[in-house]
Amino acid sequence: MSKQKGWKELPIAGVCWKPATDYPTGDWRTFKPVRDPEKCTKCLLCPLICPDSSIKWNKTTEDIEFDYDFCKGCGICANECPANAIEMVREEG
Amino acid sequence: MATVQQKVLALNGDEAIALAAKQSDVDVVAAYPITPQTIIVEKFSEYVADGEVDTEFVCTESEHSALSACLAASATGARTFTASASAGLALMHEILYVTSGCRVPVVMAIANRALSAPINIHCDHSDSMVERDCGWIQLYVENSQEAYDSIIQAFRIAEHPDLLLPVMVCLDAFFLSHTLENVAVLPDEVVRKFVGNRQIPLVTGHEGKKAPFKLDPDNPLTMGPLDLYDYYFEHKRQQEEAIRRSPQIIRQIHDEYTKLTGRKYGNGLVDTYRLEDAEIAAVCVGSAAGTTKTVVDELRAEGVKAGLLRLRSFRPLPVADIRKALENVKAVAVMDRSNSFGGHGGAVFHEVRHSLYDAKSHPHVVNYIYGLGGRDMPQSIIRDIYGDLQEILRTKQVKEYVQFAGVRE
Amino acid sequence: MTATSWKFTAREIVEKPELFTPGHRACAGCGPAIALRQIMKATRGPTIVTNATGCMEVVSTIYPYTAWKVPWIHTAFENAAANASGIEAALKAMKRKGRLDKDIDVIAFAGDGGTFDIGIQALSGAAERRHDFLYVLYDNEAYMNTGIQRSGGTPLGASTTTSPAGKVVPGKAQFKKPIAEIMVAHEIPYVATASIAYWQDLLTKTRRGLEAEGPAFLHVFTPCPRGWRYDTSKTIEVARLAVDTCIFPLWEAMDGEYGLSPQSKIMALKPERKKPVTEYLKMQRRFGHLFQPKFEHVVSDIQKITDQRWNRLLKKCNMT
Repeated sequence: MSKQKGWKELPIAGVCWKPATDYPTGDWRTFKPVRDPEKCTKCLLCPLICPDSSIKWNKTTEDIEFDYDFCKGCGICANECPANAIEMVREEG
Repeated sequence: MATVQQKVLALNGDEAIALAAKQSDVDVVAAYPITPQTIIVEKFSEYVADGEVDTEFVCTESEHSALSACLAASATGARTFTASASAGLALMHEILYVTSGCRVPVVMAIANRALSAPINIHCDHSDSMVERDCGWIQLYVENSQEAYDSIIQAFRIAEHPDLLLPVMVCLDAFFLSHTLENVAVLPDEVVRKFVGNRQIPLVTGHEGKKAPFKLDPDNPLTMGPLDLYDYYFEHKRQQEEAIRRSPQIIRQIHDEYTKLTGRKYGNGLVDTYRLEDAEIAAVCVGSAAGTTKTVVDELRAEGVKAGLLRLRSFRPLPVADIRKALENVKAVAVMDRSNSFGGHGGAVFHEVRHSLYDAKSHPHVVNYIYGLGGRDMPQSIIRDIYGDLQEILRTKQVKEYVQFAGVRE
Repeated sequence: MTATSWKFTAREIVEKPELFTPGHRACAGCGPAIALRQIMKATRGPTIVTNATGCMEVVSTIYPYTAWKVPWIHTAFENAAANASGIEAALKAMKRKGRLDKDIDVIAFAGDGGTFDIGIQALSGAAERRHDFLYVLYDNEAYMNTGIQRSGGTPLGASTTTSPAGKVVPGKAQFKKPIAEIMVAHEIPYVATASIAYWQDLLTKTRRGLEAEGPAFLHVFTPCPRGWRYDTSKTIEVARLAVDTCIFPLWEAMDGEYGLSPQSKIMALKPERKKPVTEYLKMQRRFGHLFQPKFEHVVSDIQKITDQRWNRLLKKCNMT
């Protein structure tokens, strides 16, 4: 845990100075979404409904990508996928 | 000596304040009416209706919303002004703390009126005294002229890049707000030049760079976040540090203004009257100072070494100035136009006593609660108070520390 | 006002930058987080957001972190609409005085706590004064952030910590306040209900709200797995059932003219598709106690009020 700033160093008025993306929430999860690329139709529903913006569309590879740094393992993507292409798998460790 | 030509108008305190706000190029006024501040908002809406100001005038549905709107408008980069009193100020209570915590320079006029219950529309200081902890600068004026001058100065004080704290200018209900007085006013351009444009300092945001401290899509900032126990204390310490810088800023702006008008109010923080060799003195805030000065003159003519200390700035509390002003006084009567129930006297008494506790001279300090709910404070009662001080000098004893002057037993 | 001309594809929306970023500390499966994410995708240019105290404010701005990539301010619980009024007034003044050269949209986010109850005064005032802003109510039907206490938006029979289901009392005894209808009664240009189960509809309505000249009110249905007690993966399913049972129908009122949205229009045109409320209630343990025989009457009350409100809505939409 890095040493926290004292009052002389902090910006005034409580203005935030770190983006939330510096705080990975991926270690919250117990279950991890795993996608079967064979079943996936790339309908793009899952990137739209993830509460944590942890499913992305990679323009270069033209494929769905999961951001496991932030995924909390809620399972909404697996529950909603019209192609049943996502499975929630228990993570070890 | 004044360096600018001024016009003398017959204005009451509320009108003087509305005029000062008009001349200060305010961007947004969000306000809710309450006696005795109503004339301020009415006058201002007249200016708007006649096209004399370029201000967004928002008639909010409550005082809580009025201050919330001013706070958000100020955070967006606008110069904002509002006014309230009594129950209205009490309704804003939560947002007073938020405004100072967010470090936005809102300026507010308070027409000091008693708090309910029973409901009373007349003058006392209970509404703003209870807000002395909220982090706002508090200036109390003696007359409508000072109200006009102080509002103009308030914008400069609040917006000072080393301060960024909201300012409330307090004037007595009816005695000042509704009473006509000769008020010398500056020309529009002079006021406009004095207040200038609002300076917006730079702060560090979350995009790794400095950004102007306002809500701006070009440089997004997050204001008013959640502090857990690991940061709240530090933020409050920062606020304290800011208000500790304010005495100097208040004095500097007061002196700059004096160059224009030739008028001064003591050193900007405290106003002393015939205290140099005084043995007994009264201390007060607000319009009672005017009446007391008359009594002091009479006593002096009788050979009594009486004097008066008026606190213009109550927050920040000018401890050093209070000590210096009263350093040779042997008995002090602090007059409070509000009471702290069960607290052994009123707020001004507590704080003046506190200021003098470590002073080399250790005068007797006693308290007179007076004028609650608009009860008149005539010269005769003030004379009695000085009489009590003379008695204390003579007997070197205090019979009662806290008395209620002017109440029917 | 007229319908928006904004057209979009899933691809375009997915590729838009996230203005409400990951790294916020909402619960897994949080309905409001989905709503905020999607709504921010429907912004049309520079935007300033003000947020009332509540779940979304707290999870997205734990100092020094912030999940917001737009200027954002939070001040208190009951004044989101007052804040928005102030921001809008400031922008107007600054523009008129030549200190601002672009149009900026103002969005106020508040939960059901900060809208139905403590926030309704500021909302009503801002609507009456006709400020140009979009007010988004993310409705998870209780004061979730402080621990699931009941609000004016809590539906009949729901168990919350201040209206618990006990041996004698079956949860909340009062109906859900019809907040959207209250806003229509304010005669503002745009009022709509939306759901995270139907993202295209939500985005379209958000854009319409932003385009409306004057106050716009968007009531978004956002289930909460923690407070409603269902598995985190079912948030969107629960939201969909609310529409399918007509418990939360989707409609909009442009200048006071009601119109059903596609998903609810289907229910009107094919009433056989309308599901009984029990399908919705049995998914959530906050209604679990209603399935005891002694509290059965509450279920029929819920069905009755749902049907009454639905029929009233159909009349307003000229679809009886």
